[in-house]
Amino acid sequence: MSGLRILVPIKRVIDYTPQVKPRVNRAQTAVETANVKHSMNPFDELSIEEAVRLRERKATPVEEIVAISAGPAKAQDILRTAMAMGADRSIHVQVDEKDALEPLGVAKLLKKVVDEQKSNLVILGKQSIDDDAGQTGQMLAGLLNWPQATQASKVEVEGEKVTVTREVDGGVETLRTKLPMVITTDLRLNEPRYASLPNIMKAKKKPLEKKTLKDYGLDAAPRLKTVKVTDPPQRQGGVKVEDVDGMIGKLKELGAL
Amino acid sequence: MAVPSRFVAPMRRASAVARLSSPLRHCRPGFQARWTGNTSATSEPHQQDAKGTVKGGAAPAKTVKFTSDSYPEIQRDSKFAKITQEHVDHFKGILGSESAVIDGVSQDATDDIEPFNSDWMRKFRGHAKLVLKPSTTEEVSKILKYCNDNMLAVVPQGGNTGLVGGSVPVFDEIVINLSKMNQIRSFDEVSGILVADAGVILEVADNFLAEKGSIFPLDLGAKGSCQIGGNVATNAGGLRLLRYGSLHGNVLGIEAVLPDGTIVDDLSKLRKNNTGYDLKHLFIGGEGTIGIITGISIICPQRSPAVNVAYFGLESFEQAQKAFTEAKSHLSEILSAFEMMDGRTQKIIQKVAGTKLPLEGDYPFYCLIETSGSNADHDSEKLQNFLEHVMETEIVQDGVLAQDQTQIQELWACREGITECLGHWGGVYKYDLSIPISRMYDLVNDVRDRFTEAGLLGDDESFPVVDVVGYGHMGDSNLHLNVPVRRFDKKVEKMIEPYVYEWVANEKGSISAEHGLGVTKRPYVGYSKSETMIRLMKQIKDSFDPNGIMNPYKYL
Repeated sequence: MSGLRILVPIKRVIDYTPQVKPRVNRAQTAVETANVKHSMNPFDELSIEEAVRLRERKATPVEEIVAISAGPAKAQDILRTAMAMGADRSIHVQVDEKDALEPLGVAKLLKKVVDEQKSNLVILGKQSIDDDAGQTGQMLAGLLNWPQATQASKVEVEGEKVTVTREVDGGVETLRTKLPMVITTDLRLNEPRYASLPNIMKAKKKPLEKKTLKDYGLDAAPRLKTVKVTDPPQRQGGVKVEDVDGMIGKLKELGAL
Repeated sequence: MAVPSRFVAPMRRASAVARLSSPLRHCRPGFQARWTGNTSATSEPHQQDAKGTVKGGAAPAKTVKFTSDSYPEIQRDSKFAKITQEHVDHFKGILGSESAVIDGVSQDATDDIEPFNSDWMRKFRGHAKLVLKPSTTEEVSKILKYCNDNMLAVVPQGGNTGLVGGSVPVFDEIVINLSKMNQIRSFDEVSGILVADAGVILEVADNFLAEKGSIFPLDLGAKGSCQIGGNVATNAGGLRLLRYGSLHGNVLGIEAVLPDGTIVDDLSKLRKNNTGYDLKHLFIGGEGTIGIITGISIICPQRSPAVNVAYFGLESFEQAQKAFTEAKSHLSEILSAFEMMDGRTQKIIQKVAGTKLPLEGDYPFYCLIETSGSNADHDSEKLQNFLEHVMETEIVQDGVLAQDQTQIQELWACREGITECLGHWGGVYKYDLSIPISRMYDLVNDVRDRFTEAGLLGDDESFPVVDVVGYGHMGDSNLHLNVPVRRFDKKVEKMIEPYVYEWVANEKGSISAEHGLGVTKRPYVGYSKSETMIRLMKQIKDSFDPNGIMNPYKYL
């Protein structure tokens, strides 16, 4: 074996911050995404970071780190981010927001890309924070018929041997397998780096290949139908009382005393 | 995405991760502690206990030293009457509601009064026995008239987040707390003019405005506690000053009550009004010495939908100045903050909070730049040009750029977390100074040299001084000179005071840029104001408050 050829699939999602409150659209079919801040799925940042660290550790040579994202044109932003963090090049598969892929669609696409890129290790987030399906990694492993280690909290590669530690209820579980394989990342795997300005500039010159689903001969017609999307029930506002007596009265009124 | 395709702003987004796994990263100098951020200045290290040793962390309430003990030169003025039961009954009559009077005269209410008697830094503590919480301007008027007639001294109090001891009593002054006056009176969406009670909390006002697409033209670390009336009374500066200017420019009108009970209704909603002396300016920064502000009208700009923050490492203070000049020319109207932190502050954050700094290498200076604009594409194009320029010309050695709110907060934490982390060793001598920008950092070096020469600064316990650091609002030429110390030591104090004040006076700077005078800066006004100015100020004070009942022992 010559070295690792790592594929890192990443997704552009609504930014995870308390300042961005996702809203359900009027038709109750989806969450409003227009004019909402987006960024890279945090689990995918861990994937990129881990790939870069594998290269830095030099235990097993890393030939190439390729980032891929399927989504609207803006998905190129997060690909540039990935390249600034250390990916060598990236592939953008143009998919309009209205035709967003389901996990199976993504897994099928990734299988094609793995074949095309001759990847022998796929590191992907255990889930995306928008759909929370948590299926893509497993489906991809199934389609490729590769071993998989999900929710990794530690990854060690020695030659062809890969040891993955996972945090499970009541302890840790250590898996050992051989390349090629699929790994999904969990929060405690690493702490993603900041991309520095010089690396941001270098990333602009790294190759970004534009593709379509057609190039991969894929039909990604949805199989699932979203019936309805609704907000969680609104929290009831509190009541202000003037003093202690008022509070006791209120508590009695509510039957709490 | 905040920063679209032309200039991609990739960066670590650990916060998303951090929030999901918060137990792992509980010690970030983050927004949790924001209210302690950025505002700082006073001349003594604190949290001392009775033995005079300095402790870190929160000391029990009982250990806060009385201001009258820390400043033995301040004596209670015998012209003021002592509060009697009769006074208390009268106030109860005025205010009606039980909860509006905290009465420590007829009963022991020490625990209830304690939060109003001492400040959040646990540095100042008064002997007040009575707290009044009026709900209307008329009630304030009745209270003050009665106090004035009976020679009862008062302390107006907002959120009590000040740094110079201005909002807590020194002796037995009556605390008039404005927290019950917390209504937003009106907001004109076309003109952007907000009229609100003085006791509205800054963050509440800002959140209210956010829903209307506007922004309060003031932002500071204590926003979750401080009140807009107090902000105006202390002429608070803060983070948005570079962009929106000072409160003297933004406050359009004021409603205030004079000591004799007169209600000054100058709640103007006019941007232009050249009809005589503009008296509201006396209340802005008046620190409650001539009257109590009960309401304000203020012009609020449009909230910028596109905000970007960048963080740089630089080789020298000269480069930081160049970066500031370049930022002004490249970013012009979208530049909303330009903050400077020296490398020592960043190392201290790293050491104390245990966080990873945004940049790999060490640099003697760091800058934080914020832009706010209406069009993300337009802003990022400008930023791209700016960043490329400063990198290519090697003004900036390295840097990162935030691309969303979470990262913005993380980078801001590198600036706002400083205050909290400096307190780690025990006490901090803090100075908030206006100094011409080219000389800004020289003071920090000079003070550090003094301590080094005197053998007071070092790495182990035998040295009282931990370090001498500088940071601040570079865009406003406002330096925060901070000296973290292991213990309170007169030798240390003698090395800095009056040295710092003399140094600043020589540069024609100000000994208090944004924190005010209060108790701590009162003896030093002369370093920044001439005798004539001080005399005129005293005349103003006397004409508004002939009995001197308003916030005595402070300001002048």
